[in-house]
Amino acid sequence: MSAAPARRASPLRAAVRNPLTVAGLVLLAVTLTALAAAFVIGWVDPSGPAKANLHGLNAPPGTPGHLLGTDNGGRDVLIRLVAATKATMLGAAVALTVAVALGVPAGLVAGYRGGWAETALEWLAGLAMSLPSLMVLMAIIAGLGTSMWISMTALGCMMAPAVFRLVRAQVHAVRRELYIDAAKVAGLGDARIIARHVLRVVRAPVVLMVGVMSGVAVTVQTGLDFIGLGDPSTITWGRMLSEGFEALDTNRLLFVWPGLAMVSTVMSFLLLGNGVRDALQRADTATRPRGRDRSPASRPVPPAVPGPRPKPPRPDELLSVCDLVVGYPDGSGGLVEVVRGATLGLNAESTLGLVGESGSGKTQTAFALLDLLPRQATILSGEIRLDGVDLLSLPPAERERTVRRTIAYVPQEPMSNLDPAFTIGHQLTEPLRARGVGRAEARARARGLLARMGISDPDRVMRSYPHQISGGMAQRVLIAGAVATEPRILVADEPTTALDVTVQSEILDLLRGLQAEMRMAILLVTHDLGVVADLCDDVAVMRAGRVVETAPVDVFFRAPGHEHSRALLAAVPDEGHVRPDYDAEAASAAWDLAYARKTSASPDRSLGGAGR
Amino acid sequence: MTRILVKRIGAAAVLWAAVATAAFFLTGLGGSDPGRAILGPSATSAAVAAQNHELGVDRPLPAQFTSWAGDLLHGDLGRSYLTGRPAIEGLGQRLSVTMSLVGLSLAVVVGLSLLLAVLAATGRAGIDRAVQILSLTTHAVPGYLLALLLLTAFAVELPIFPAFGYVPLTASPGRWLAALALPVTAVALGGVAGAALQGRGALIDVLESDYIRTLRSRGVPARSVLLRHALRNAAPPWLTSLSLAFVAMLGGAFMVEKVFALQGLGTLAVDATVAGDRPVIMVLVLLTGGMVILVNLLTDLAQMWLVPKARTA
Amino acid sequence: MSLLEIEDLVVRYPGRGRRAAPFTAVDHVTLDVRKGETVGLVGESGSGKTTVGRAVLGLAPVSSGRIRYDGGEIHACTRTGRRALAARIQVVFQDPYTSLNPAMSVADILSEPLVAAGAGKARARGRVGDLLDRVGLPSDAADRYAREFSGGQRQRVAIARALALDPELVICDEPVSALDLSTQDRILRLLLDIQHRTGIAYLFVSHDIAVVRHLSHRVAVMRRGKVVEFGTCRQVTSEPAHGFTEELLLASPVADPLRQRERRERRRARRRTDVDPRRQGAS
Repeated sequence: MSAAPARRASPLRAAVRNPLTVAGLVLLAVTLTALAAAFVIGWVDPSGPAKANLHGLNAPPGTPGHLLGTDNGGRDVLIRLVAATKATMLGAAVALTVAVALGVPAGLVAGYRGGWAETALEWLAGLAMSLPSLMVLMAIIAGLGTSMWISMTALGCMMAPAVFRLVRAQVHAVRRELYIDAAKVAGLGDARIIARHVLRVVRAPVVLMVGVMSGVAVTVQTGLDFIGLGDPSTITWGRMLSEGFEALDTNRLLFVWPGLAMVSTVMSFLLLGNGVRDALQRADTATRPRGRDRSPASRPVPPAVPGPRPKPPRPDELLSVCDLVVGYPDGSGGLVEVVRGATLGLNAESTLGLVGESGSGKTQTAFALLDLLPRQATILSGEIRLDGVDLLSLPPAERERTVRRTIAYVPQEPMSNLDPAFTIGHQLTEPLRARGVGRAEARARARGLLARMGISDPDRVMRSYPHQISGGMAQRVLIAGAVATEPRILVADEPTTALDVTVQSEILDLLRGLQAEMRMAILLVTHDLGVVADLCDDVAVMRAGRVVETAPVDVFFRAPGHEHSRALLAAVPDEGHVRPDYDAEAASAAWDLAYARKTSASPDRSLGGAGR
Repeated sequence: MTRILVKRIGAAAVLWAAVATAAFFLTGLGGSDPGRAILGPSATSAAVAAQNHELGVDRPLPAQFTSWAGDLLHGDLGRSYLTGRPAIEGLGQRLSVTMSLVGLSLAVVVGLSLLLAVLAATGRAGIDRAVQILSLTTHAVPGYLLALLLLTAFAVELPIFPAFGYVPLTASPGRWLAALALPVTAVALGGVAGAALQGRGALIDVLESDYIRTLRSRGVPARSVLLRHALRNAAPPWLTSLSLAFVAMLGGAFMVEKVFALQGLGTLAVDATVAGDRPVIMVLVLLTGGMVILVNLLTDLAQMWLVPKARTA
Repeated sequence: MSLLEIEDLVVRYPGRGRRAAPFTAVDHVTLDVRKGETVGLVGESGSGKTTVGRAVLGLAPVSSGRIRYDGGEIHACTRTGRRALAARIQVVFQDPYTSLNPAMSVADILSEPLVAAGAGKARARGRVGDLLDRVGLPSDAADRYAREFSGGQRQRVAIARALALDPELVICDEPVSALDLSTQDRILRLLLDIQHRTGIAYLFVSHDIAVVRHLSHRVAVMRRGKVVEFGTCRQVTSEPAHGFTEELLLASPVADPLRQRERRERRRARRRTDVDPRRQGAS
């Protein structure tokens, strides 16, 4: 844990540090200036934009008095461009307001409350989203006329479902979070929970969407005007675009100006939306490790423990790891070492338990010898010897071939390790087929393996998809898949952690039986010393990226050598200890005492207090 | 599976009817005056009223709807207020123009977005960046503006492609393609960016998932892991973005048609909207609504086929 | 007299889809917790043990049966009634990563229940240091965000939040199963220590019979929504009356190779003589 207290950087200040966001701000400032100028023009000289200089048709940009030149009617392009900002921005504001005003509350209600309101709103949103939106806009314009207010309100209504769905999905995700339950139990009302816990999660994605939708509103409105469905009495960028298009033969630059105005405005919305979203998100989200040992970089590594160096591996070992160092980028150009000189050896046909707490580097060590490290990880130094050959000195393709032929992997989480889109049968036969086994032969072998795993109806399981089987069954399937290719080494990463104890004991029995039959060596990565006692011949204890002790199990449990091993063993709940029976009098006395102290010390208590 | 199929098709049909009904009432809200449009400004109000009475538009909306829906069920889509000819006359030709444009664009979006998504997700940092910039740019440069730029650049300044007109595929495939090259680019680019970005995100998520690592550990070849397993699991969100891109491209095509003077559904729709030609608008609503609903249905079914879990839902 | 009495509790969820049968998560469960007592509720995944705790907290729907607290019925509480109960029944959840809002500082998290109960903001803030002290966290933790802490420290924050309103009963829903062994040990000690000092009662839900044994006066074993055995800790964990309890005891491995070997043999012998109640096959 870092010692420095967190600085509470304001999200807005963080946003301004991003140059793209600053560019967005500058562009927005230009548009807003034009908007202000448009109001001034409308007030001082309402007819200005239509004033024609018949002596200067199609004047080029830079003509004195006409900075951007004139159009084919001799009207000043700049004045028209600025004046058009008003209608365009108002239209966008209308559409956006409608979309947000409808979408956000509906999404909050549907996501938080669920039930029939959610079903009804979701149905409505689905309906609205499966419409040919432009055609519907046209139908509305045909029925109600070309007023910008109407068409932009309609556009807002059509954008609302997207806002609704986004908000609903966000709220849905956060509604399941335990901190919402905790807030309910703490006595917070719905309004307070939404304000304090839900809105925070929703605001970042909504900001981005508002940016995108402002852009959509501007481009759609301009487009409608461009094809001639706009309000003929107002100047907009779309109308100028249309005029420019009509005059393409005589004045090729004319359409560029409104086009440029639109692009720069939309770009400013997008850049700002993006920048603010990123800044808010950084402030809002946590780095949360998924499962045990999965995000090494997010977890600070405790300082190295001085201790006896384990003996270097013996040459007769089947697999040996020597001084392995694995690093991950730390996000600021440097590297974090998650494995910092691990050394261990695995004998043929024996089981080695690799134990340690989360973040100790045991899973990363396992991935390194399985050649399965994520792309961003690098092996910085060390040796991994298989049959005496250093795997790390082999070219990558050959290393992969050797590892896949010899070492198989049983993962931790059974359900997430099966591809949901393919049947169990397909997933079991595919590796065999890749090794040149015929289709019928592969199926027969897969079937036989499932039967060996104690699965009573292998044919049905072969036809099943992963979501149709239980977790215990899935773990049997994964073990079958691992041993299908007759590996000499099985690396099992917490193979029973996600399972119930009764299933766990069956899986451990299964592994023990398979090892004897297939004469495999097993490297068992686990945090559970009971599992180690059940299955392993030897133990290697990892801490802070290093192996601090390697010993045969009976020695380890009887006389652990390293201080950290002793601490681990001491933390195991003692089987002999049973809590003494409840002593009603003692408990009552303690309770009364605490209650008396509580009521006298904290008058606040009565506010939420008992018996009211 | 069959029951789900029947249910989905039934729901799509109901949706289609709902869209048509809503559009009919929306177009009638303003109290249209087609008599005036047909007879011109010089006609007497009595003549206009007589014309309106003949067309039946002086009746209350529900009554108009009943007779319109009744005619529709008998295959009669009414006559255009403007031309007096059946509203579906000449529609086939216009449909072939718009469908050539949108269909070709969809093909470009499918192929190109898939390619870009795979390249961006598998660590081509340059392409990754390019996809993101393209997405930002296409949001700010809508299809019709891009069409104007392309027209100016590649048809006017450098006359490589024809500036306007449409050549049927049956007449000359080469000239059909040349005529559509610029419009398709204008229509498709936004969709390419959107779908590629979606596909990239989905693919990155899948590639980081546990089962991909397990498949690799089993010695399944990398190509098969990517193309069979990862792509299939990443496909559903990408397909959704395709169906959204289709709706957007249909709208985009309507606007781009104007730039390249293509006589498609878009130009027809604009003319009919300006004139308040309800029968034609309703034909177009039925047609485009049907297309969008059909595409959404196909997307649904494809997702069910790809991801077995969705079948039980 | 019992503090919490659960009588014939049934929690049923509607099935997915219109025709699906409702799912009974908790099936006629009866148990009670006395003042200052720890009752362990042990079972496998899907046994309904967590749902019992959630029903007591008002987070799961009570289909039938009764829940009484300090003599008053609370299973059909209104929202205002629930809010009054907040000061008396609290919770510590399993996952310290999702039970604390990552965007809030520890001080905000701890003062939230106090503010909700009507204490002024300043006053609530004033209690934060005291609460942190009670769970063994330094007072400078208040200004930091939950996401900056390790799992064990987060769980301490969660315990401090539960203690903020001085409740008489805390539902502990697998409070240590996401933690490392040594952290787990420290958190269990903390919970025991708090109980000794304040006379608080725990309903301790866990899948780990070793942890439950360590902490509980009485233990209830649940399976498929039903309590199969409820008795003193010694009786349930030493001379189990029900076959499933015995199976559970034999299946959880002990950290001693010799004793574990013996236990494995006993389990196998039992399996050979008994008809295995757990049918193999997809569920």
